[in-house]
Amino acid sequence: MAVDTPPATPAGQAGAQRPPAASRLRLLGSGDAVITFVLVLFLLVAALSVEGFASARNTGFLLLDVVVIVLIALPLTLVIVTGEIDLSVASTVGLSSAVMGQLWFAGLPLETVIPLCLLLGAVLGAVNGFFVTRLGLPSLAVTIGTLALYRGLAFVVLGDRAVADFPRSWTTWAISTIGGTGIPVVVVPLLVLVLVTAVVLHATPVGRSLYAMGNSEDAARFSGIDVGRTKFWLFVVTGVVSALGGVYWTLRYGSARADNAQGLELQVIAAILLGGVSIFGGRGGLLGVLAGALLLGSVRNALQLENVPADVLNIVTGGLLVVAVVAPQVAGWVRSRTRPRPAGPPNAPPARPAPDTRPSTDPAVQVPADQRGNR
Amino acid sequence: MTSFLTRRRLQGGVTGFAVAALVLTTAACGGTTRGEEETTAGGDAAASANPDAEIPEGLAVGFLPKQVNNPYFSVASAGAEAATGEFSGEYTETGPSEASASSQVSYINTLSQQGTDVILTSANDPNAICSALDQARSAGSSVVTFDSDTDPECRDVFINQATTEGIAQTQVDLIAEQTGGQGQVAILSATANATNQNTWIAAMEEYAAAEHPGLEFVATVYGDDEDEKSFQETQGLLQTYPDLAGIISPTTVGIAAAARYLSGSEFKGQVALTGLGTPNQMREYVQDGTVQSFALWNPEDLGYLAAYAGAALAAGQITGAEGETFEAGELGEYTVGADGVVVLGDPTVFTAENIGDFDF
Repeated sequence: MAVDTPPATPAGQAGAQRPPAASRLRLLGSGDAVITFVLVLFLLVAALSVEGFASARNTGFLLLDVVVIVLIALPLTLVIVTGEIDLSVASTVGLSSAVMGQLWFAGLPLETVIPLCLLLGAVLGAVNGFFVTRLGLPSLAVTIGTLALYRGLAFVVLGDRAVADFPRSWTTWAISTIGGTGIPVVVVPLLVLVLVTAVVLHATPVGRSLYAMGNSEDAARFSGIDVGRTKFWLFVVTGVVSALGGVYWTLRYGSARADNAQGLELQVIAAILLGGVSIFGGRGGLLGVLAGALLLGSVRNALQLENVPADVLNIVTGGLLVVAVVAPQVAGWVRSRTRPRPAGPPNAPPARPAPDTRPSTDPAVQVPADQRGNR
Repeated sequence: MTSFLTRRRLQGGVTGFAVAALVLTTAACGGTTRGEEETTAGGDAAASANPDAEIPEGLAVGFLPKQVNNPYFSVASAGAEAATGEFSGEYTETGPSEASASSQVSYINTLSQQGTDVILTSANDPNAICSALDQARSAGSSVVTFDSDTDPECRDVFINQATTEGIAQTQVDLIAEQTGGQGQVAILSATANATNQNTWIAAMEEYAAAEHPGLEFVATVYGDDEDEKSFQETQGLLQTYPDLAGIISPTTVGIAAAARYLSGSEFKGQVALTGLGTPNQMREYVQDGTVQSFALWNPEDLGYLAAYAGAALAAGQITGAEGETFEAGELGEYTVGADGVVVLGDPTVFTAENIGDFDF
């Protein structure tokens, strides 16, 4: 096995254990760097060529549109890095919005309603986590089920009604901006959450254990990581954060509805994949996800300003996603053709286009020494 | 490996959460509850309208339907575009591909950012787009809603396609004309709890009792806006009431299903059928003589009037206050009613003579 490929580290950090030349190549090819570069390039081009794009007001509109996507992408990135998926996030948003509306309608103060909604999110996440980690069911199947189940419950709670008489002081806060900058106030707490998630994922043993699980669950388990428990709590956190997204969504639009955020899970997953996270787990970084979400939001915003019809817009964003998934594969293929792979055992399986997604079967290689015995 | 989720850890987590919730709750004791909030500080001191103001050239008019690729809104858009052409404005049509409450918001923001003078929209949710519309208005756009209104505070004028009375009277007059004003009449509705249907049916019975006492309303059946069910309910009506003179179906699904049943039955031409339908669905039944006439508001006129109302707002001819009047091209003069509502007028009646002129 390729001893110089420690899959337990994110692509962007792999350089430390690599020869310098390879490290530079790796960095250039990493999802994080590429997508950030594309985002910066796109913002420059759009600012120069799209009328009305580069203004404080439009920045505010753009950021408000991606706030909930970024928020939910944070825990979901961790889930995907471990090789699992949670498709029920948007339905959790809808159900917490519906419950928030119903409890507010029943006369409870918002200060009670919001913690209750977050608690509900924890329960919904725990249900997913229970089925996946305790019963060992595939998360794709489980969360397709809860996607329908939670959305259905949202309609049971609120039906086709909308609750909209939330206090104006709260709903205007949800869309208020910092002075004249156009930057929404909510971006500040969101940035704190981004930082916390980035530190957890990239600078703690827990984060490294998530990559280890994503690359080889067995190897992670042999090295002493409690895979089941970690994943369970990841699902719980995803539920809580999605419920928080539901609370914010309700205030931002001033309307609690059962169909709120329908289809949002696909936008969140699109941003994560565009950001270079492997859907098979074990690879990707948070900077890329942030850039992916901002890129999708900016492309939509700029094309709308250019009066591009909605159908074309969907084609463009869909095409972007396909390119994002195909490009690393092509890059990997080019790399494998131009640079001979380090000597491996003769019976090694043929190189997959993205080399470091391949799980190693040797736990000693798989997990860095500092993680052994660590949970 | 330790056991999954030790009990102590679980307890710890749950307790932590409960404590946090409790702290949050008590910290905000007597927190923000429903119904105690401020009432809105009444509209701005209405700027005065100048009925003689000219519509400026080059007004930017943005049309934002509930969703794109919806035939009803495509026809309305054609009307709005025609009106915009008449007053030499610049017309753009935009909109989301899915009819969701929140998806319209980013399109409103875009229109506002583009400096659109007039925004014409049909709301997917009466409140979700409110703050976006407010921002657009404070940035200088005039907002006209049509077909589906928002909270009246969030727009300048709402174009109502038809009043309950207008819809009820048109349909009863049509059935009275076709049956000679005598005989049993049944109603094929949508669902039993459809608010608009029930309001219309009540208004129809009231109007008929006053104006056409010869008509006897014998039954109301519900086809649930499903083609098959409506078809079967029609069949059932004719078996139960062999002397039935006519059927009114104030829903587009119902009237089309009823027409399909009648056209293939012995009752074709014997039992009158009218209601609310679209010309494209009803064309063949009007041409084969099953149906003499039916009604629906004309979405093209709806868009046309909305565009003129927007231009009148942008020009300062009206402000949305009750009693103001404006000219809407070939549709003539309109008056703004209470709450800034402008009524399009009675529904258009479609017959064999004029059905060829409509395509929606």
